[in-house]
Amino acid sequence: MATRIPLSRSIAAHTVLIAYTLISLFPVFVILINSFKSRKAIFSDPLAIPTPETFDLIGYATVLKQGDFFQYFLNSMIVTCSSLFFILLFGAMAAFALSEYRFKANTLTGLYLALGIMIPIRLGTVAILQLMVAGGLVNTRTALVLVYTAQGLPLAVFILAEFMKQVSDDLKNAGRIDGLSEYRIFFTLVLPLIRPAMATVAVFSLIPIWNDLWFPLILAPAEEVKTITLGSQIFIGQFVTNWNAVLSALSLAIIPVLVLYLIFSRQLIRGITAGAVK
Amino acid sequence: MAAKAFRWHIPVFLAPAVLVYTAIMIIPLFGTLNLSLYNLEGQNRIFVGLANFRTLFGDPRWSASFWNALGNNAWFFMVHMLVQNPIGVLLAAILSSPRLRFAAAYRTAIFVPAILSFVIVGFVWKLILSPIWGIAPGMLDWVGLKSLYLPWLGKEQYALTTLALVSVWQFVGIPMMLIYAALLNIPEEVLEAAEMDGVTGASQFWKIKLPLILPSIGIISILTFVGNFNAFDLIYVAQGALAGPDFATDILGTFLYRTFFGFQLQLGDAHMGATIATAMFGIILLGVCIYLFAIQTRLRRYQF
Repeated sequence: MATRIPLSRSIAAHTVLIAYTLISLFPVFVILINSFKSRKAIFSDPLAIPTPETFDLIGYATVLKQGDFFQYFLNSMIVTCSSLFFILLFGAMAAFALSEYRFKANTLTGLYLALGIMIPIRLGTVAILQLMVAGGLVNTRTALVLVYTAQGLPLAVFILAEFMKQVSDDLKNAGRIDGLSEYRIFFTLVLPLIRPAMATVAVFSLIPIWNDLWFPLILAPAEEVKTITLGSQIFIGQFVTNWNAVLSALSLAIIPVLVLYLIFSRQLIRGITAGAVK
Repeated sequence: MAAKAFRWHIPVFLAPAVLVYTAIMIIPLFGTLNLSLYNLEGQNRIFVGLANFRTLFGDPRWSASFWNALGNNAWFFMVHMLVQNPIGVLLAAILSSPRLRFAAAYRTAIFVPAILSFVIVGFVWKLILSPIWGIAPGMLDWVGLKSLYLPWLGKEQYALTTLALVSVWQFVGIPMMLIYAALLNIPEEVLEAAEMDGVTGASQFWKIKLPLILPSIGIISILTFVGNFNAFDLIYVAQGALAGPDFATDILGTFLYRTFFGFQLQLGDAHMGATIATAMFGIILLGVCIYLFAIQTRLRRYQF
């Protein structure tokens, strides 16, 4: 292809994108740089990069003295990854059944599952807590995984079914003629094709799970199963007037997510482009 | 036809999702809806029918708060539809243009706020907008607009819009990603054919791409609606359960929380809480029905 993008359009595109990137990153940047400064420097020049004179780790020292951030981080990882696995597997299976086959209860099942997109699962918190108490699951990561799987499934089914409708029928029928079972068709033909949609669903489900404060607070507040969001909320609450500590606690909450995201985003982008660029 | 074997794979595909979803979500939810029909009489829980709803909509002590929260919530949603989603579509359209350099870096950076928790976002913006720290007034001073600075989160007429814009800042990456994936899914042949016919640039976007991504825009709109009418965390973290100043930022989620768990001198009321939850359920159900029956059925879908 010989078509070139005109220079002016390219400059305009980059200007818009750079401007928005700055808007997105600026607040995070301000918090991170100030967390490494002394109290005086935080107030005298909040936008300055820490210099040897203003560099100070007092905030981190205060925060790290209490609580076990590594354990919190591990808990969040375990809960988020397990929930994602079940959401994607169960969600894709159900979406396939709904988008592929005609059967009597199809529309009804679809509507039943879609109901969960609009109802916040939080409305049922009291009954969920009773259920977990009865099952002996309070203060376990299993309780959180169960709740998050139920919470994530409706949207996953909805989005995946939407994408599965676009998978060509010819391909699936060719598989059937070759004698593949329905399970093989799903796992070997359809799943690889909807990878971009799976990546999208994964990001969508991951964010509310990782950031949730409500269910960890109610179902798993114990020290050994505390998630990082709950852990940092408690920290920040403790140090309201200690600016060094607040900024450091915020940074400690931001950095792991940021690193995790940078690692995941490679996969995500590869997933999106692998499916879309034919 | 009658002799056709039962297709076991259908229930097998559906069972795990349906079971988990029913046990953890639907059954507890109906427990809540059911609770809205009861109230306490002394120590006993008695069935009162729709009396709780009569209180919520009719009793001035309740209805004023309810309509205030609903109105605020509607404005919160409008700001998202008018600011967040157009920006998301614009960014996705620019990002998807072929051979754009650094596209991956931009995409990664713009999505960063969406991965942060409400706890972080609420505190970060409170600090930045705070008159004590002075980042916002300092920056306005640079461009000579210091006189425009106000403690926005503390002013009744600005607080809600400010928080809505903070929420837009946080979530703009989500519509951007969805639209971006949809744009990448448009086959090259379609775009090449358009270029052959001389349809390029902006007109290519409006005439070719936009109709093809309309289903995604529909999904985004309904997700925004549902998300906004369930919102709670950001307001709670930034303004507390009282949604100050003077309830100016009170939305249905914070109203429900205050009612359900109580605040200051008022005791928590599970039954009125369940009633508000049921009203929210009704509002959201209405919106989703409008989407499903009036909008989604009219969208055309294309198989490539």
